[in-house]
Amino acid sequence: MAEVTLRKIVKNYGALEVVHGIDLDIAHNEFVVLVGPSGCGKSTTLRMIAGLEEVSGGEIAIGGRVVNTLPPRARNISMVFQNYALYPHMTVRENLGFSLKIAGRPPAEIEKATDEAAAILGLADYMDRTPGELSGGQRQRVAMGRAIVRHPDVFLFDEPLSNLDAKLRTQMRVEIKKLHQKVKTTIVYVTHDQVEAMTLADRIVIMKDGHIVQTGTPLEVFERPANTFVATFIGSPPMNLVDGVVAGGEVRFAGDASLPVPPAFRGRVQEGQRVTYGFRADNLMPAGHAMTGIGETADIDLTIALAEPLGAETILLSELAGVEIQGKMYNPRAVAAGERLSCLLALDHAHLFDAETGASLRT
Amino acid sequence: MSRAMKDRLIWAVTFLVMLIICLPGLWVVLSAFRTNGEILTKPAVWIPQNLTLDNFRAIFGLGENVLAIPVGSYFLNSLVISVTSTVLAVMIGMSGGYAFARHRFPGKSGAFLWLMLSRTVPGIALSLPLFILWSWIGLIDTKLGVIVVYTAINVPFTVWLTEGFFRQVPRDLSEAAQIDGCTPWQAFWKVEFPLARSGIASAGIFAFLTSWNEYALASQLTRSTDSKTLPVGLMDFTAQFTIDWAGMCAMAVIIIIPALILTFLVQKHLIAGLTFGGVKG
Ligand SMILES: Nc1ncnc2c1ncn2[C@@H]1O[C@H](COP(=O)(O)OP(=O)(O)OP(=O)(O)O)[C@@H](O)[C@H]1O
Ligand SMILES: [Mg+2]
Repeated sequence: MAEVTLRKIVKNYGALEVVHGIDLDIAHNEFVVLVGPSGCGKSTTLRMIAGLEEVSGGEIAIGGRVVNTLPPRARNISMVFQNYALYPHMTVRENLGFSLKIAGRPPAEIEKATDEAAAILGLADYMDRTPGELSGGQRQRVAMGRAIVRHPDVFLFDEPLSNLDAKLRTQMRVEIKKLHQKVKTTIVYVTHDQVEAMTLADRIVIMKDGHIVQTGTPLEVFERPANTFVATFIGSPPMNLVDGVVAGGEVRFAGDASLPVPPAFRGRVQEGQRVTYGFRADNLMPAGHAMTGIGETADIDLTIALAEPLGAETILLSELAGVEIQGKMYNPRAVAAGERLSCLLALDHAHLFDAETGASLRT
Repeated sequence: MSRAMKDRLIWAVTFLVMLIICLPGLWVVLSAFRTNGEILTKPAVWIPQNLTLDNFRAIFGLGENVLAIPVGSYFLNSLVISVTSTVLAVMIGMSGGYAFARHRFPGKSGAFLWLMLSRTVPGIALSLPLFILWSWIGLIDTKLGVIVVYTAINVPFTVWLTEGFFRQVPRDLSEAAQIDGCTPWQAFWKVEFPLARSGIASAGIFAFLTSWNEYALASQLTRSTDSKTLPVGLMDFTAQFTIDWAGMCAMAVIIIIPALILTFLVQKHLIAGLTFGGVKG
């Protein structure tokens, strides 16, 4: 059993504190993704779990054992680095078998384990090449192979796909997910790409400025963002946010536009309260192109500034109370700039946030 | 200009430059096989008329005129001093280079600058203070005395060269090795050391050549067969009124040969060592 527990983890670099008391419980065999903008402390947190970075405060436990002072080699973890960190002077076979060789395992066993890993990752044809003779995707696979050979308690990934081109990234993403299904292991995966986070994670941990902002399954953080930061960070395009004031069951925006308070928030807001109204492009659609069964809706008339056809759907850019917003047209037809469309907003998927703090008013 | 022309021109210029650089050396080698008479005649004889091995025979005591120069001891002294100081300089310099490349510590850039500045002091300027110091502690005319001096001279350069190489080895590799089960010490020897090998090898060869060829300081610090090195031994060919040029040149050839062999053996590393930075990905 290899659950990972972080208790009030703090990291200082000299006087600078970059991670401010993180609490996190990762279950056995869970795939957890740490996601957040650049510089928010994801790598630092991961490296503390790995033992590559000293913990300034708090406690890290792996499988119930506090590992704060243990060196990386004593933690039974594997890590896949952003630039793969393959040993350039060794062949693929030697790279894969390195950890077992260091552990003093007999050659026959090393051979068996490396062949097994090579088979899982389709590396059998490259075993005698050096990393310099491999493509990016192949190097990526070797790095993962090297990580699985030793059957670690925990896998750590630090932006493993960020050096690959878009197509390969999608492909490797699928492979990583398959790998997790094949070799059941606890995985902590760092990325700043929310799509990667959504597609891979059992649970997403969203970080910002050294704090955890929200933790939840991909659907939870998508559907119930804890604040405006999560709302804009998760999902693409980012959630539309428009500031307004609550007035008689409605939120009034600048100009004379208004929208009803979404059902989930009724009774949770006071008259005159300043709020931020949030809704996703997916839930704002021209009447006649709407999905069915979307529950309670509100009507808005919008002037289309720009249409971006994507094939299956078209993204519509418009404006509400001086703020640029985006909607989606399903089963699209050609839309001209300046065209006026009457649209529907699915209120069950709309959100209210505190205008000052950005925190969701749901709770 | 066509490509072929350009190539030819480059070759011609290279050849000319190499000729100018090598000419004195060539002259030394030629003179080693000539008689003193022919070397000294006026007008000069440019093309050797009769080559002879007598000079070498004399040095090794095989011919009829035996020289009273203990070449064997000098050679041994040179070897012991050069090898020991090189090994020491590489070990110390490599540790230093690694520390500068990998760790932050207060006063780091100052210390590095200071090390490099020490290279600007001409060695001969140290000879008097060294002589006084060494005679106080009784290191004059000992191999140890020379070894210590040569090690000190070679360390800064070794630090500088190996630092550059260690800095090029990504930090991740050592971290990956530690996650793979290595101690930091193992990670160094199994991953970082092999990858910086070219730099370390070239630092070593430079240190060796410096020690092997050094004359100025050794001539002050050594006086007997206990510690005199080959370059210092060259002076044995000067008598009060005469200089045995032919013998001296023959001895110089003997000094050059091991250095040449060594350089050829590690030339691959040497080139990598001198061109690092630009070419490594
Ligand atoms: N050695 C260091 N000394 C001082 N500050 C550091 C050091 N390493 C990281 N930091 C700071 O710590 C913060 C978190 O860095 P970290 O590498 O964890 O970010 P990250 O979330 O992984 O970002 P990215 O997505 O860019 O990799 C950053 O503000 C960074 O500047
Ligand atoms: Mg990072």
